[in-house]
Amino acid sequence: MNVLLDNFPEFRDGFIGTVSITAVSSVIALVLGVLVAGMRVSPVPPLRYFGTAWVTLLRNTPLTLLFLIFFFVVPQIFFSGLSPFVLGSLALGFYTSSFVCEAVRSGINTVPLGQAEAARSIGMSFPQTLRLVVLPQATRSVIPPLSSIFIALTKNSAIAGAFSVAELFGWQKLMSDRGYAITPVFIWVALGYLVVTFVISGLFRLLERRMEVAR
Amino acid sequence: MSASVLYDAPGPKATVRNRIYAVVGGAAIVALIVFALKRLSDTGNLAPEMWDIFNYSGIRQNIADAVLATLKVFGLAAVGSVLLGVLLAVGRLSDHRPVRLVATTFIELFRSIPLLITIYAIWVGFLTDYSMWALALGLSVYNGCVQAEVLRAGINSVPRGQSEAAYALGMSKTQVMLGVLMPQAVRAMLPTIISQLVVTLKDTSLGYIILYPELLQTARLIASNTQVNGQYPYVSTIVVVGTIYVTMCLLLSALATWIERRGRRAKTGLVPAPAGGAAAPEATVTVPAARTGGAGGAEGAPAAGTGAAQEAPGSEGDAGTVGKP
Repeated sequence: MNVLLDNFPEFRDGFIGTVSITAVSSVIALVLGVLVAGMRVSPVPPLRYFGTAWVTLLRNTPLTLLFLIFFFVVPQIFFSGLSPFVLGSLALGFYTSSFVCEAVRSGINTVPLGQAEAARSIGMSFPQTLRLVVLPQATRSVIPPLSSIFIALTKNSAIAGAFSVAELFGWQKLMSDRGYAITPVFIWVALGYLVVTFVISGLFRLLERRMEVAR
Repeated sequence: MSASVLYDAPGPKATVRNRIYAVVGGAAIVALIVFALKRLSDTGNLAPEMWDIFNYSGIRQNIADAVLATLKVFGLAAVGSVLLGVLLAVGRLSDHRPVRLVATTFIELFRSIPLLITIYAIWVGFLTDYSMWALALGLSVYNGCVQAEVLRAGINSVPRGQSEAAYALGMSKTQVMLGVLMPQAVRAMLPTIISQLVVTLKDTSLGYIILYPELLQTARLIASNTQVNGQYPYVSTIVVVGTIYVTMCLLLSALATWIERRGRRAKTGLVPAPAGGAAAPEATVTVPAARTGGAGGAEGAPAAGTGAAQEAPGSEGDAGTVGKP
């Protein structure tokens, strides 16, 4: 108990850090993932190959390595001087986007063939079919896998703490450096993460119930 | 092909349009790559000297040792996690309430705590001088919980008649579990189990943070201890090490896909789970729901849809091979 009360400001900052890096990288992952999924199902071969390469590469790269890439390679290519928070969110968002892409793609596959055929027969183009007919229906079956992807993202955000982003793992490290016993520190950090993941799974359950349609 | 769901076979106009998109899209991608390469060469990262460091036998030896260290932890964690997974899965399906409770709590707890937090706590709290064992233990605990859920799903997917028949023969509960249910569960879930091992392999890179000299930690040491043209060769080291990681993971994923295809051809009645499990460990648990939910439960229907559609990216051509003997 003491370890929390004595270091509450740091814990609060860490908790807020975890929440904000989770939120920011979730948005990045969602946008990129849907875009890449669109590429993977598009009729244009180069985009399809790009999408496949994107997913294969990112899914088979350890996240820690991706963090290293974003902290040491990306500044050499694009911008230098970005804050660790931005770089960390980008690394996490890019990594998760490949999983989002696969979830969306398999969601698209669950939409009955006739839906797209009907859309085409009334003269919709490919982007229209995707945007107005297929994706809204795919959303429903994508929600359960997305929920577990975002929970995994929350857990993965711990790695950002090792790359000097202020979040809960950083607090754990700080406390053990200050000589506190590891068990109470572990329990508080675990509780912090549990709160975030419970909220996420609750939100998704709400969303799922909202979008429930008898088929 | 899944692609035909969304668009027709293109006519002459669409073919031309698609070709234009292809050229524009391809050009954009190529431009991005060229830009990245140009920036890298401007900052001196593509200079031959930067890559020459990998010709030194010392650095090669370092990398070889690091790969070995990574594989050693992976081997320990793989064995540990599968054993723990079997134990926890059996515990979760036990008839004794306390055993069930303990196993469920253990699984739920360690599955929802970030792996890094667990590894770090084990390292700082108990095994400070043995980072390899801390890493292997942490990986075993977390992945064991995931494997337990996978195995439980596999056991539940074995037709009821199997255990009924075994009991009718007079087998004990242990015999039924170990002799009848577990082998079939493992066989059905092998692709998913191996996909989870890919996740385990990737997660060995967390050793970087607890200073275990595995591949990534060694890469950082090489890059920060060498200076070429007044610069640290981070880019070249990361490219080399990244290639090694991706290759190892791809080989393991390929094994999972191969086993899945092979299992599909066999006529055992039990269909192996798709190897796409690496996508989202938790999501794989819905796979057998496709089978149990087939009765038409409203809850099972959406899960069944995603489970069936969760194909490994490489298995698009499968539709043609499924029917073949």
